[in-house]
Amino acid sequence: MQSQGLVETVTAAPRLSSAARRRQLREKVIAGIITAAAFTGIAALVLILVFIAKEALTIFLDAHAREEASLSKMFLPQVVRQNRPPAFVWQPVSNVPKVSMIPLFIGTLKTTLVSMVVAVPVGVAGALYAAEFAPRRLREVLKPTIELLAGIPSVVLGFFALMVLATFLQDTFGLPTRLNAVVAGLGLALAIVPVIFTVSEDALTAVPRSYREASLALGATPWETAWKVVLPAAAPGILAACVLGFGRAIGETMIVLMASGNAAIVSWNFTDSVRSMSATIAAEMGEVVVGSPHYSLLFFIGVELFFFTFILNMVASTWTRRVLKRLTGAGA
Amino acid sequence: MKTFIASIAAVLLLALPGAARAGTVTVKGSDTMVILGQRWAEEFMKKNPTSRLQVTGGGSGTGLASLINGTTDIAMSSRPMKKEEQEKLKGAKAAPTQISVAKDGVTFYVNESNPVSALTQEQLQGIYLGDITNWKEVGGKDAPIVIYSRENSSGTYVFVKDHVLGGEDYAATAQTLPGTAAVVNAVSKEKNGIGYGGAAYAKGIKELKVKKGNEEIDPSEANIKSGKYPLSRDLYFYLRNAPAGEVKAFIDFALSAEGQAIVTKVGYFPVK
Amino acid sequence: MKHTMRRAVGGALTSLTGFAALLIVAMLAIILFDVVRGGIGHVSWTFLSQPPSDGMMAGGIFPALYGTAALTLLMTLAVMPVGVLTAVYLHEYAPAGSRLAAAVRIAVANLAGVPSIVFGLFGLGFFIHFVGGSMDRLLGYQELNWGQPGILWASLTLAVLTLPVVIVSTEEALRAVPMDHRTASLALGATKSQTLARVVLPGALPGILTGAVLAVSRGAGEVAPILFTGAAYFLPDLPDTMNSQFMHLGYHTYVLATQSPDVEATRPLLYATVLVLLALTFVLNLVAVLIRARTRRRASASH
Repeated sequence: MQSQGLVETVTAAPRLSSAARRRQLREKVIAGIITAAAFTGIAALVLILVFIAKEALTIFLDAHAREEASLSKMFLPQVVRQNRPPAFVWQPVSNVPKVSMIPLFIGTLKTTLVSMVVAVPVGVAGALYAAEFAPRRLREVLKPTIELLAGIPSVVLGFFALMVLATFLQDTFGLPTRLNAVVAGLGLALAIVPVIFTVSEDALTAVPRSYREASLALGATPWETAWKVVLPAAAPGILAACVLGFGRAIGETMIVLMASGNAAIVSWNFTDSVRSMSATIAAEMGEVVVGSPHYSLLFFIGVELFFFTFILNMVASTWTRRVLKRLTGAGA
Repeated sequence: MKTFIASIAAVLLLALPGAARAGTVTVKGSDTMVILGQRWAEEFMKKNPTSRLQVTGGGSGTGLASLINGTTDIAMSSRPMKKEEQEKLKGAKAAPTQISVAKDGVTFYVNESNPVSALTQEQLQGIYLGDITNWKEVGGKDAPIVIYSRENSSGTYVFVKDHVLGGEDYAATAQTLPGTAAVVNAVSKEKNGIGYGGAAYAKGIKELKVKKGNEEIDPSEANIKSGKYPLSRDLYFYLRNAPAGEVKAFIDFALSAEGQAIVTKVGYFPVK
Repeated sequence: MKHTMRRAVGGALTSLTGFAALLIVAMLAIILFDVVRGGIGHVSWTFLSQPPSDGMMAGGIFPALYGTAALTLLMTLAVMPVGVLTAVYLHEYAPAGSRLAAAVRIAVANLAGVPSIVFGLFGLGFFIHFVGGSMDRLLGYQELNWGQPGILWASLTLAVLTLPVVIVSTEEALRAVPMDHRTASLALGATKSQTLARVVLPGALPGILTGAVLAVSRGAGEVAPILFTGAAYFLPDLPDTMNSQFMHLGYHTYVLATQSPDVEATRPLLYATVLVLLALTFVLNLVAVLIRARTRRRASASH
């Protein structure tokens, strides 16, 4: 797969002049520096985990914080008003802080679901078109266009969802709330379509020509070839694309912060406002006193986000490797 | 490559004398007050070209948290400081100083097409606690009420919670928006919406009067200054210690006739 | 008969995928059209060169432009050496089947997937509280000096965020440098590092620049990581020290869209700001796409 660059070929020459020795030493030092630089990526990932976990751990270590934000308070229903049944409520700034994660989970899930329902068919179908049917010139236009869409800052997509999409949807469907899971989800879809498209397209183009030729020779139509031969062969890669898009949607902040209404409601109605985990961190982090339970709680949400996306990435990369192995006989 | 390394070195050298410039006054906090703080800063800097002020919003809680953390000189707050905050400040070896710099009426906004024009405080409480969910229950059309609220870092959020909701929590259905402007914008577009915020922002929407007995009290300047309008409040500056130097000059300016004229221009009410 | 039927169905479904592709392009077009239509009338030299005034209701966006530029410049200075060297290690120095190289690849892939808001938390917890706080203690500052949000911390946070972008594009560029160049250089007696500095890196330069451009484009548009590591609502001055806060185009967009006193009145300002931000990222991306296309053509021509 990889052609290695300047790999050691010959070592250990006998008796060197001092100049040569100096040169060798210099080479060793440079190689050392380069190798050290390579550790940065690993160090960054480890440091991210260590430092967000460090700030979040206070919830479990500090007695006062444990009182305010115990695991049972985060995940089990609590009584929030007299003579009312227990419920899941997120009200961290209150005389009695209520810190249920459930509304945030539901909110995140709702926006993500909407975005996936829109982005997966569009992204995968678009990739199929680009890889299988598009005339060459069109394809060359299509890819940079997708790259441009991917390059739009999320704050701009959030602005678009808030200013244009929300108004349009409300005028068209007369929704009771202007900012809701659907608006935010559509905004998110704009952000993840390029991801799904690009990764799917790579997987589809990795399918060898011989597959297509064999299928067409057996009398299948181009559509049948694409649908029954190429797509299944690239299936793990397509799945990986969807998982990556899913991970991106979970972690996306600005779009949801601007266009979801940010109300922590527990319901399965998609036209209700929602509050996602990422938007909660963004909205409340500015306010908290460093070291307070609320502060640690927000970091705890960050840790959860980190793990969700980490697991999704791991799954996606495993599948991508699998599709490459299957199609090229070599693991990446 | 060599130039590259040189440029990095240059940046590092720049970073060394990185102490914040003397004389920059940081003002941070309430979104309600950020327009006001910014206008004051602009005018003050016009008069005193050597002074530098930076104004940032983020909410009263943000400002007070920064005051505790030591990252701001003045915290703007649309609510009085909480006990915990005072204790934390005292823990940080500060003697917090409170200065009222303007008055504001918290008004409730509805869409201009909404026939309802006045509500009692009890009705407002019912709506915001989620007990009243339809406009027809308060004399309006048969339509669901869409509640808009503010992020919990907002002083207005706390004010309404204490003075209208009796300390109870908002209904979970309340949409929390990051600024008063966002609330106003949402209500102006939402036929069945209700929101709240400072009187200064009320543009393109209808302000509700507050009913007391048979009287409907308008959030007018006279009513707010006299305290007759029940939901009026002071807007504060908080400092870590007694004001001195630049900070004192700025606060004196804000409280001067000229500064208070700016208050009126922005849409709040003078304290004096 | 059956065959024509199958062809017709296939043709219909094919057009459906074509429609999906068209839809993606249409989305981009609609966003662009809306932003350009709303903002073009308000973008002027005054708008670009003046600070905001009258409580964000008038004036321009110069401080936000400057802040964005300074932020991304610092970020580039931090991320490029590290990113390029990492890619050099992965492609040129790592022995075949190296465990470290595999670990770096996994780390970089995962780093690319970490949500941007988590980078913000990391910047706050690590750079501001840990590094900055320690510096204040060591240097003996009584008040917070380094342990507070500032442009340096924000740019370092973004540098970590854009590291994968730089590594991936540099590696691609190194792959495009023909093997023969390396062998020829080594055969002439050049050492490994000389070959790297005089043959490989110059050959890969366009690709490395692409990485830098993409990183800048990404860094200019990210708001979540700088929300609490240094972006400010309004500043009278341009940032001139490493610990001063700064204004930022993306953050300014967010502020104008959600916190301006009068949304209708500031609509032209908001649209113009978005237009400038979008134009900036598009120009950068376009540059990257063009360099890339040229490199690919050259690479395919040299084989």
